[in-house]
Amino acid sequence: MFLDESFRLKAGLAEMLKGGVIMDVTNAEQAVIAEKAGATAVMALERVPADIRKEGGVARMAPIGKIREIMQQVSIPVMAKARIGHFMEARILEALAVDYIDESEVLTPADEEHHIDKRDFKVPFVCGARNLGEALRRIAEGAAMIRTKGEAGSGNIVEAVRHIRTIVKEMKQLTVLGHEELVAESKKHQAPLELIEYVAKHGKLPVPNFSAGGIATPADAALVMQLGAEAVFVGSGIFKSSDPEARARAIVKAATYFNDPAKLLEASEELGAAMFGIDIAKLPESELLQTRGW
Amino acid sequence: MAGKKRVGVLALQGDFQAHQRALERAGAEAVEVRTAGDLEGVQGLIIPGGESSTMVKLLEEEKLLDPLREFGRRRPIFGTCAGAILLATDVANSPQVSLGLMDIQVERNAYGRQLDSRIAHLNPQGMDGGLEAVFIRAPIIRRVGRDAKVLASYEGDPVLVEQGRHLAATFHPELTGDARVHLMFLEKIP
Repeated sequence: MFLDESFRLKAGLAEMLKGGVIMDVTNAEQAVIAEKAGATAVMALERVPADIRKEGGVARMAPIGKIREIMQQVSIPVMAKARIGHFMEARILEALAVDYIDESEVLTPADEEHHIDKRDFKVPFVCGARNLGEALRRIAEGAAMIRTKGEAGSGNIVEAVRHIRTIVKEMKQLTVLGHEELVAESKKHQAPLELIEYVAKHGKLPVPNFSAGGIATPADAALVMQLGAEAVFVGSGIFKSSDPEARARAIVKAATYFNDPAKLLEASEELGAAMFGIDIAKLPESELLQTRGW
Repeated sequence: MAGKKRVGVLALQGDFQAHQRALERAGAEAVEVRTAGDLEGVQGLIIPGGESSTMVKLLEEEKLLDPLREFGRRRPIFGTCAGAILLATDVANSPQVSLGLMDIQVERNAYGRQLDSRIAHLNPQGMDGGLEAVFIRAPIIRRVGRDAKVLASYEGDPVLVEQGRHLAATFHPELTGDARVHLMFLEKIP
């Protein structure tokens, strides 16, 4: 059974992060700003997605010295990204004792065929997904948290909306089917029957379901929460804006009060300029990050 | 009294939904609390697990610290993990504001990082068969005041403590199917 003791501890930490904001940071100074603004966790990476997109080249796990500095400076959980399939970057991050690993499409994939076998690790993993099948395949491999992929570094919420809507709709559809119909669903979603049955019975994933990839404003955070996300990751949206501190605080407030327009109005005042956004329809297929992994 | 007890769950951030489910299993009605107004008509309050630093930030910004202290002078509050930190008079390793409703000193993340999270078996007084306890980046209660009573310990440290109407656990009873700790809290509500 996939819900063993180790898995419960991994998903348990994800439970604690619900209703909160996990912020991308590239150094200890940014991590301290994020913690002071009320982040529930920080994600350590070499460059924020918007810069990876602009500069190109191979994006790898962040330098160890930087991650260690961040871990020393903040008391909240510290996550770090590893390349898809790069289980040795993940082993090194586990030895460093980060609190969560994001096997992330934002970095350049190390393996185009296989993701990391995450069951084999004591440290928990979060993975991106665009639809239910992809989410369940990652959970089958041991992911204890799912986030929508969205389109990282775009400052455009449209893909995160598409992905959360797709996952929620596909879950709802399973709940109204008869038990005998689920094997065909397992084939259609290319996901294990056991997990399809879990979703059909509970109407939700067996792990927390967060949103990422394009959140730039308090309104964006509230939108994906309304659509069913249980917490949000903000990548470039904070430190590529004109006033990171104010924007970070505002998005934290929006994740809590996503159902309260008066509070969202308060959160949306005096924020300075948001990050520059990209029209994803005009991006060539080869520049999309969300198509990495399967 | 007829009808279900109405219990608020502070829903600023954290595993508040897990507490709502646990309260329902224990036969109570659960209400999400995000503003001082939400406390109206609520007979007890749970402060869930999550990140205490995030909760404190929101409590300060939304001016909820005093309404919660005022609530705690009249009604029972149960804090788990981050919630226990918020109930304490003293947070040992962090210059962090708290409600100060229980005379305990708490050290944040005292077991270490996520890799040190664990599931343990406790033997609280009066609980047959013991109790499964999920510790996630948990705090440790370093000092217990004279008015506080230790109900369960793990490795020599208090993990379940009551003081008058209030209850604090450094673990997460809401993450197991066992409703007994929540029932213990519901008994504190007259």
